Amino acid sequence: MRRYFGRKLLIYGLTFFVAVTINWMIPRFMPGDPVQSMLSRANVAQPAAVEAMRAHYTAMFGFDLPLWQQYLNFWGALLRGDLGISIWLFPTPVSDVIIRAVPYTLGLLIPSILLSWFAGNRFGAFAARRKWLDNTVLPVGYVLTATPYMWLAILLAWALGIVAGVFPVAGAYGFDLQPSLSWGFVGSLAEHWFLPFASLFLVAFGGWAIGMRNMIIYELEADYVNYLRALGAPARLVRRYAFRNAILPQVTGLALQLGVLVAGALVTEIVFSYPGLGHLILQAIQNQDFFLLQGTFLFIVIGVLIANFVIDVAYVLVDPRTRTGMGEAA
Amino acid sequence: MRNRTRFLIPVLAAGLLSAACSGGGGSSTPTGPAGDGAAGGGAAAPAGGSGGAFPRNETLYTSGTQWGPPANWNPLREWDFATGTKGLVYETLFMYDPNTDKFTPWLAESGDWTGELEYTLKLRKGITWSDGKPFTADDVIFTFELGKMETVPYHPLWDWMKSAEKVDDYTIKFTFATANYQEWANHLYSRAIVPKHLWEGRSEDEVMNGVNEKPVGTGPYAYQSHDQDRMVWVKRDGWWATKALNKDVKPKYIVDIVNSSNEVAMGLLLQKGLDLSNNFLPGIANLVKGSFGIKTYYDQPPYMLPANTTWMWFNTAKKPMDDKEFRKAVAYAIDTKKIVEGVYGNLVKASDPSGLLPQWDKYVDKNVTSALGFSYNPDKAKQLLADAGYKDRNGDGLVESPSGAKISLKLIVPAGWTDWMEAARVISSSAKAAGIDIEADFPDYNALVDVRNQGKFDLVLNNDKQLANTPWLYYDYLFRLPVQKLQSTTNFGRYENKRAWELTQQLDQVKPEDVEGMKKITSELQKIQLGDMPVVPLWYNGLWSQTTDSTWKNWPTSAADAPKYPPTVWRNWLEMGGTLMLTELQPASGG
Repeated sequence: MRRYFGRKLLIYGLTFFVAVTINWMIPRFMPGDPVQSMLSRANVAQPAAVEAMRAHYTAMFGFDLPLWQQYLNFWGALLRGDLGISIWLFPTPVSDVIIRAVPYTLGLLIPSILLSWFAGNRFGAFAARRKWLDNTVLPVGYVLTATPYMWLAILLAWALGIVAGVFPVAGAYGFDLQPSLSWGFVGSLAEHWFLPFASLFLVAFGGWAIGMRNMIIYELEADYVNYLRALGAPARLVRRYAFRNAILPQVTGLALQLGVLVAGALVTEIVFSYPGLGHLILQAIQNQDFFLLQGTFLFIVIGVLIANFVIDVAYVLVDPRTRTGMGEAA
Repeated sequence: MRNRTRFLIPVLAAGLLSAACSGGGGSSTPTGPAGDGAAGGGAAAPAGGSGGAFPRNETLYTSGTQWGPPANWNPLREWDFATGTKGLVYETLFMYDPNTDKFTPWLAESGDWTGELEYTLKLRKGITWSDGKPFTADDVIFTFELGKMETVPYHPLWDWMKSAEKVDDYTIKFTFATANYQEWANHLYSRAIVPKHLWEGRSEDEVMNGVNEKPVGTGPYAYQSHDQDRMVWVKRDGWWATKALNKDVKPKYIVDIVNSSNEVAMGLLLQKGLDLSNNFLPGIANLVKGSFGIKTYYDQPPYMLPANTTWMWFNTAKKPMDDKEFRKAVAYAIDTKKIVEGVYGNLVKASDPSGLLPQWDKYVDKNVTSALGFSYNPDKAKQLLADAGYKDRNGDGLVESPSGAKISLKLIVPAGWTDWMEAARVISSSAKAAGIDIEADFPDYNALVDVRNQGKFDLVLNNDKQLANTPWLYYDYLFRLPVQKLQSTTNFGRYENKRAWELTQQLDQVKPEDVEGMKKITSELQKIQLGDMPVVPLWYNGLWSQTTDSTWKNWPTSAADAPKYPPTVWRNWLEMGGTLMLTELQPASGG
């Protein structure tokens, strides 16, 4: 057990290091100079002043140092929990910007991932046993899972937001409201949340349903099922055993799909102007905000790694074979 | 199954719970304690806008300024302060109206040149800061002296200003080493005056990089709240102008919405959720003509007041753009009409050959522009090329340079600026029709700034210089010398003409009242500009502005009895009439 988790933790640590390093590198290899872009947007009336400002901000962000030193400073600051100051939203600290955006992203991601996984598996298993459902669910599921997130998001926004006018298409809550614990505010929040959530949920739901349906059909034809049937076991029992076995690849699939889902949430946020991390990443790239980009990616990397770790632990719980394997190894 | 799935339930429950927390409670924290109005909203109906904290008939919704969440309320950061920081909270000494070319004393009562190098400013009495302290000469002197800090954008003022001295509490004497009259006039209405008693003792870093939460100013509004997608101002009692000038701002709240996309702005506008949109909305002409209740300044082309000129810069340090005959040929080859009609649907106007905005028409020497001015004429372009030795030697329909070198130029425009990208394509195709190989290229904005500033481009479009009180700003933009390693705000083309730069400096030293004296110099400058063609003026971008009458009326328009102020809340435009626009607004009856 200890060796298993020790090895996992080592791999996670390595992944973290490499991912963070790449996060640091990528923006710095983009063409352009963030300070110059910032000053260019500033459009200062007195051109003579620009040189002094450029020198000041370059030194302030530490861009005048050699790259290796910037890299070391970056790790130093990171270990102190300092993510730097946003260039785009100067002078707001990056951690503040992220903390404000994270609740929105998590509020979209966690329900859509868990609900789609749960509902998709249930529904797939259910559909596998009914011919007419199978005939309809399969094609719909394939269409859903093959739809790019943003495409479905745009369709939903257009159909339910613009044409039907049922849901708002942008923002996190109404412009005439202030955050408070009132029905008006919470209602508005839910209204704005629904469409981005639905577009994430539907795409993922289609994928899980198809996967589960295929797995169940496969399991129902396995030897142990035939044997159980031959023994005269009730169909309910047979299905329960099949479900248990079929769920295992779906758990692995969840771990593999997490990254895709997070990326999907990011584009969905952009479509709905939902003020989460995806929205921030787009802005950070457009404004060459190195620090914000590093910070948001760092947050996502940590999030995905933690989620994977949780799934690893869950896997040990659901699959007795892993436990047996570990017992032998230990 | 029941056994195996049971462990999932707590996981799921935890997930849902955290999602619920983060969705509901979490997002309310950033703005801190809810405002007064929010408590009232609690009792209202759950759906619909009726439970809002900002009653619709007392709130003005604007957008088109903020491209990101409000991040600071520092009036010295003239490029990224929250919409309205300068204008609604901090005010300027004068107001300038670009349409009538008039200065109106604002915080100042009057100002005069009392000597060749001496300017005396009298302040209005009875103005108080929003914390109750009186506004005096000390605040003005303090504000100008902040410019002694190197990173303050108006630091160069102190290269030619000697001192700002207090005569009495309401009189200041400024003395100069060189009297740059034009530039000084610009400072008079551009500098936001900050309170000395609160800003004193701030370090340079705090002055320039400080957030300045809860700004204290002399203006009609005060900070109410902000969130990632909005900035909210609330009207404050006791604005001096109500008593002194009998001017009052009607909206109790101003909610400025952060831009997300054109579709969102358009949707809000159509639903009357937005009163003033300063977004560029392509195709707005169709909505203005239809019965959608959306208005623009003019009800016919070009619909908008002009705000700045789009120029095409040649990199004169590169071949063949170092040849003025070649540059002229390009100017004749561009079909600007196609851009104005095809790309913009007549939302913009083609530029005068001088590139000066219509508000500066009096400074255009019509004799010069009619003799030297250019217009779309591909035959003339071909003629100019042939005369200068540019010939098509390999039969591909495109000319080679006199030395036989292939000419293949790139016109760069930031990716994502769709109207400009389309315009660049038009320029490319019309230049090719005249035999000049210009390709449109769309790098990322940051990459574009990089190559532009370093002078590593061929051709670039730019409209950075906005309308202001003096055409000197445009000539400074065109001719400024010396050329630096990085040309970050002016003379991107690295065009060196000592005479032009001397004239530009002379122009700065002509008094603004002396229109004839200014014209003499601008005429010379236009001769040089059109003779050498270092840059091609293309079209005037509009002061994008769309208004609706459902809640607020009496917006500025070209109609006879309507106000004529620029209808905008863009940064640095409130002192050019934006604040006065607010004082003219009236609640729509029944709204």
